[in-house]
Amino acid sequence: MSNLAKIERDPNYQELVRRRSSLGWMLSGVMLVIYFGFILLVAYAPKFLGIPLGSGVTTIGIPIGLSVIVLAFVLTGIYVRQANSSYDVLIRKVVEENRP
Amino acid sequence: MKKFSWLSAILLASMPTIALAAGSIDGGSKQATNWSAIGMFVGFVGLTLVITYWAAKRTASAADFYSAGGGITGFQNGLAIAGDYMSAASFLGISGLVYTSGYDGLIYSVGWLVGWPIVTFLIAEQLRNLGKFTFADVTSFRLGQTEIRILAACGSLVTVAFYLIAQMVGAGKLIQLLFGLDYWIAVVLVGGLMMIYVTFGGMKATTWVQIIKAVLLLSGATFMAAAVLYKYGFSPEALFAKATEVHPKKLAIMEPGSLISNPLSAVSLGLALMFGTAGLPHILMRFFTVKDAQAARKSVFYATGFIGYFYILTFIIGFGAITLVSTDAMFLDGSILEKTKSGIAAIKGGSNMAAIHLANAVGGNLFLGFISAVAFATILAVVSGLALAGASSISHDLYAMVIKGGNANEQDEIRVSKIATLVLGVLAIFLGIVFENQNVAFMVGLAFAIAASCNFPVLVMSIFWRGLTTRGAVIGGFLGLASAVLGVVLSPAVWEATLGFAKGSAPIKLDNPALFSMALAFAGIWLVSILDRSKRAAADRDGFDAQYVRSQTGIGAASATAH
Repeated sequence: MSNLAKIERDPNYQELVRRRSSLGWMLSGVMLVIYFGFILLVAYAPKFLGIPLGSGVTTIGIPIGLSVIVLAFVLTGIYVRQANSSYDVLIRKVVEENRP
Repeated sequence: MKKFSWLSAILLASMPTIALAAGSIDGGSKQATNWSAIGMFVGFVGLTLVITYWAAKRTASAADFYSAGGGITGFQNGLAIAGDYMSAASFLGISGLVYTSGYDGLIYSVGWLVGWPIVTFLIAEQLRNLGKFTFADVTSFRLGQTEIRILAACGSLVTVAFYLIAQMVGAGKLIQLLFGLDYWIAVVLVGGLMMIYVTFGGMKATTWVQIIKAVLLLSGATFMAAAVLYKYGFSPEALFAKATEVHPKKLAIMEPGSLISNPLSAVSLGLALMFGTAGLPHILMRFFTVKDAQAARKSVFYATGFIGYFYILTFIIGFGAITLVSTDAMFLDGSILEKTKSGIAAIKGGSNMAAIHLANAVGGNLFLGFISAVAFATILAVVSGLALAGASSISHDLYAMVIKGGNANEQDEIRVSKIATLVLGVLAIFLGIVFENQNVAFMVGLAFAIAASCNFPVLVMSIFWRGLTTRGAVIGGFLGLASAVLGVVLSPAVWEATLGFAKGSAPIKLDNPALFSMALAFAGIWLVSILDRSKRAAADRDGFDAQYVRSQTGIGAASATAH
C-alpha cells in the first residue's frame, strides 16, 4: 500500500480533504441551525410567526418558512459549485499524479 | 356510506406524528367511474410497459439490474430521485393539510426537504465512490461482511416494509376513490405493475417510470399553482386575503396552529425527517445509477431543487383549494355542510381530495383526469423504487454476500433478485389487503425513524469515523432499530390510537422516537467501538485509511458498467 501512503502525503490530496471536509461540515451545521431554529420558532414563538407584514394578511412566517426551503437549495448549490470548480480539479491532479 | 378512516391514514402518512387530524375527515364516497382519468392512466401504463420492454432487452448483467449500468446522467437521476421521493402522500397529504390548517402544511414541507442538503454535503459522493449496488457495500467496506450485511439488510427491509405497507394501503384507498375501482383490485393492480416493472426492467425501467412521473407531477402541479395565482393577479397577498376570509379559522391559518404543541416532539420529528432521508435504502440506491461521484453530487442538487419547488407549489395549491374548493357546493357534501357550516370540513372525500377537486375547479374534467392519473403514476413510481431496494437487499446483501460469501454467480444473483421482487410484491398485496381498515398512519413515520436510527448512524460513522468497529456498528445499529420500533409502539399514535389503550396511558409521550433512538444508536456505536479490543476491531480501524482515500478521490471506485 505504498501508493496509499503516497496519496496521503500529496499536498493536493491534503488540500482537497481539508477544504471539502470543512465546507461540508460547516454547511451541514448551517442547515441544522436554520432548520432547528425554524422548528424552535414554531414550537416556542408561534405568535411571532403570525405577525402580519405591513397592513396585509401575509405574515412574517410565510417568507421565513419559504426561505428555509430556498436556503436548503442555495446551500446545496454553494457546495456543488465549489466542488465542481475546485475539488474536481484537485481530484484530477491527485488521480493523475498517483497512478500506480 | 362507508367510513373512510384511511383518508386520515394517507394524510397522516405524510406527517408521521400527528394524530389529531384523524377525527376531522370522514364521509367520503366512491366516485363514479372516471373515464378520462382511466384513459390517461391506461396511456401512462402503456408507455411504461413499452419502456419496461425496452429496458428488459438491455438488462443482462447485475449492474444493469441494480444500477441501470451506471448510465443515468446527473440531471436524469435528479428527476428520478425527485420521482422516487415525492409520494402521493406528500402531494395530496400536504396540500390537504394546508387546506385544513394553512401554515402547518408548510412546516411539514420544510421538514421533508431539509434532509437533502445533508445528503449532498456528507453522503452522496462518498457513497458513490465506495459502493456498487446497495448502501451496505459502503458500510461493510472495511468491516465484517457477514454481520454488517445482515444489519443493513434488516434495516433496509424493515424500512421498506413499513413504507411499502403505508403506500399500498394509501394507494388502494386513493384509487378506489379516484377511479371507482374496488379496493382489492386497486391493490392487486399496483402490486402487479410494480412486479412487472422491477422483475423485467430492473433499475432501468424503475428509473424511467420515476422520471416520467416526476415530469408529469411537476408540470401538473405547476399548472394548478399558476392557474390559482392567475385568478389572483399573481398576487399571493390577494390569495391569502381571500383564503383568510373564507376559512373558518380566519387569520389563524397564517401562523403555526395546534399541530405542533410539544417542543420535544417537534424536535424529534425534525430529526427523523432530516436524517431519515439520508438513510432511506431506495433513495441511497439511486446514487449508484450515475457514472461517478461528480454526477451523484449534481443529481442531488437537481433533486433538491425539484423537491423544494414542488413543496412550494403544494402550499399554493392548498391555499388555492381553500378559496376555490371550499366555496363551491359542487365539491362539498351537503349534509356535512348543513351540520358544520364549514366548507373546509364538508369537502367530498376528505381533505386529501383538496388538490384533486382543485384540478377540476381550475382545469375541468379533463385536467381532473390528468391529475388522478398522475396520482396513480406517483404511487407506482414510489412502490417500484421500494420493491427494487428491498429485492437488492435480499439478493445482493443476503444471498450473494452472506450466503454465497461474495462468490455468487451473477445470473443466479439476478434470478434471486427477481424471485425476491415477486415475493415482496405478493407480500405487499397481501399486507395491503390485511391492513385495509387499520390505521397505518404511523408507518411512514416509523420508516423514517428507523432509517434515521439504524441506517444513517452506521453509514455516516463508517464513512467518517476511523474508530468504528464491526461490533460497535452491529450493536449500535440494532439498538437504534429496536429502540425506534419500541418507541413507536409505546407512543400515543400506536399505544392509544391503534392498540386502543386509554388516552394518556402511552408510556412514551413523544410521537416520533428519533430523539432518543438516534441518540442511543450513536452512543452505542461509539461506546462499543472504543471498548472493542478484538482482533477484528484492529483490522476494522486499519482499513480506514484506504477507505477514506477512495471515498475522497474515487480511486478504485466501481465503474458501475460491468461490460
